[in-house]
Amino acid sequence: MALLIWILQNFWSLLVLSFATLVGLRIAYRFRKYGATRAELSHILRRSPFYLVVLIFCFFAAAPFMIMFLHSFKVDGDLYRRPQPFVYRQDPTLEHLESLFTNTAYLDFIRNSVVVGIAVVIITLILALPAAYALARLTGRWGERAGILMFLVYLVPPTLLFIPMFRIVVMLGLKDSPLALIVVYPSFTVPFSMWLLQGFFKAVPPELEEAALVDGFNRVEAFLRVVLPLSLPGIISTIVFTFTLTLHEFIYALVFITNTSRRTLSVGVPTELILGDVYFWQPLLAAALIIAIPVGFAYNLFLDSLVQGFTMGAVKG
Amino acid sequence: MASGAAVLNPRRYLMDDRRFVGVIFLAPALLYILLLVGLPFLLAIAFGFSDVTVGNTELNFVGFDNFVAVWENDIFRQVFSNTVMFTLISQVFILIFANILAIIFTQEFTGKWFARFIFILPWATPVSLAAIGWLWMFDTKYSPIDYLLLQTGFLGPKGILSNSRNLFWLANPALSQISVIFVQVWRMTPLATVILMAGLSSIPTDILDQAEVDGSRFMRTLLQIKLPLILPIMVIALLFSMITMFGDMTVVYVLTRGGPVDYTRIIGLYSFQIGIEGGNLAQGAAMALFAFPLLLALALLMLRTASRAEVR
Repeated sequence: MALLIWILQNFWSLLVLSFATLVGLRIAYRFRKYGATRAELSHILRRSPFYLVVLIFCFFAAAPFMIMFLHSFKVDGDLYRRPQPFVYRQDPTLEHLESLFTNTAYLDFIRNSVVVGIAVVIITLILALPAAYALARLTGRWGERAGILMFLVYLVPPTLLFIPMFRIVVMLGLKDSPLALIVVYPSFTVPFSMWLLQGFFKAVPPELEEAALVDGFNRVEAFLRVVLPLSLPGIISTIVFTFTLTLHEFIYALVFITNTSRRTLSVGVPTELILGDVYFWQPLLAAALIIAIPVGFAYNLFLDSLVQGFTMGAVKG
Repeated sequence: MASGAAVLNPRRYLMDDRRFVGVIFLAPALLYILLLVGLPFLLAIAFGFSDVTVGNTELNFVGFDNFVAVWENDIFRQVFSNTVMFTLISQVFILIFANILAIIFTQEFTGKWFARFIFILPWATPVSLAAIGWLWMFDTKYSPIDYLLLQTGFLGPKGILSNSRNLFWLANPALSQISVIFVQVWRMTPLATVILMAGLSSIPTDILDQAEVDGSRFMRTLLQIKLPLILPIMVIALLFSMITMFGDMTVVYVLTRGGPVDYTRIIGLYSFQIGIEGGNLAQGAAMALFAFPLLLALALLMLRTASRAEVR
């Protein structure tokens, strides 16, 4: 806690200082390695505009998140009275963070999102794993056409579908039930995952399956025992991206679920934590940040495999 | 060997048949998707030609009444032009930034991992939550941006931009449109960048090596080799983000709900407000359908470009 207070109160100086230290260390490292010569100095000068551009882009990308972090711990007086948004004039507080978890339905939102996400991931895998394998290996031309059809379907936007879907959901008595989301979300997660998985399956050498077939496995067994274990990294990254797609989805969740405690994160936070025109800014910003950071980490961890899966699917298609 | 097994065990033969296994592997996913997208899609068309509301479940055929009513609605015209304008303007910026960033991130430099982590955050964060951050940045009274402008003399009694202490980002017609476009560019650029990065890294290295042997400088390699080669992928990135933006209402829902007046209302949001909040399902569906021919044209264009890229 004391550390947090110290970090928050010296946020900007810490940011600048740590950055300057890193730059300094880097230059010192180069000087030691290549000598503090004129050529080296001009190399550093030539590179600096490049880093400046990177820095500017990073600043724009991170700005709202930095502000979210900085403002989540301000007491009301510090936030609203004669605002000085970039510094702390009064001690930071954890009170708003506590009230987010105790006085609001935030925990419900998290639970609902996790339940929906896991269920959708399971349905998506059951449908997309065999289908992607079929597209990658088993079907020829007509499979390719089916793949293009799926792709077209992926492009039909939810804004076109949510009204009739709403009617169907009401008719089935699924309004306000997480089941409505669980049934509808695979309509976009399955095409996405198929496209991705297809790329990973194509990367498995066909010789391995043929060897399994010669050993007396049939196609299905070869798929289950040889191809699936070999594509495990790809499957894990598909799971991660499918889950985050369900976290991102907004329109269906907004339309199908109107009961506060049943809502998911993407809709619950921006609608339920704002009462009429009254904004509870600190919990609101904290609620957004708490989700943003882990999802950001997951994306970065699996980004390379996402790019790889998509290019595989496209290049060898 | 395989045919011997087939005579003994027909089930085994089926499980070995490429076509058969292909069909049973593909069918469930295909059926699920077609049912879940095809059925509502047809229903949307049926709604568009009917007088269905939330209260009245009967579908009576009313011909083109809804479409005529929608087109004669002045608000809808503004909404339609907003949608097209926002999408087109933001694509220009997205394309420029994504190209710069893709070139940056396909090079090696110190701190690349961290820089990439930061720059991907806008796309990784659920849109509605990221928009909350911007809602605060654009706040009428407490906007940190306004504070910076105030301190640097752009705002305040002798301000260059305005005499008041605030710009009222989301209450001013032009500024609210700029804000919405800005947030869209902010969150879509990483996606376009990632697609372009995939394109850049798929350029065969022997072409680049050859260029280097021939003494091609960085800019020349970039302009005459890399950019022409990734042009098809650029078109795909462009169309992909256009379609995503066209079918999205999250940013405007969180930031402005379409206001001030109708300056930031877009088709998706308006059809939600008329169809669900207002209960007029038929007109809401008709509005959404107005955008469909445009989307279809975009999607077909995208597929053609994609298939050409593969043939290359």
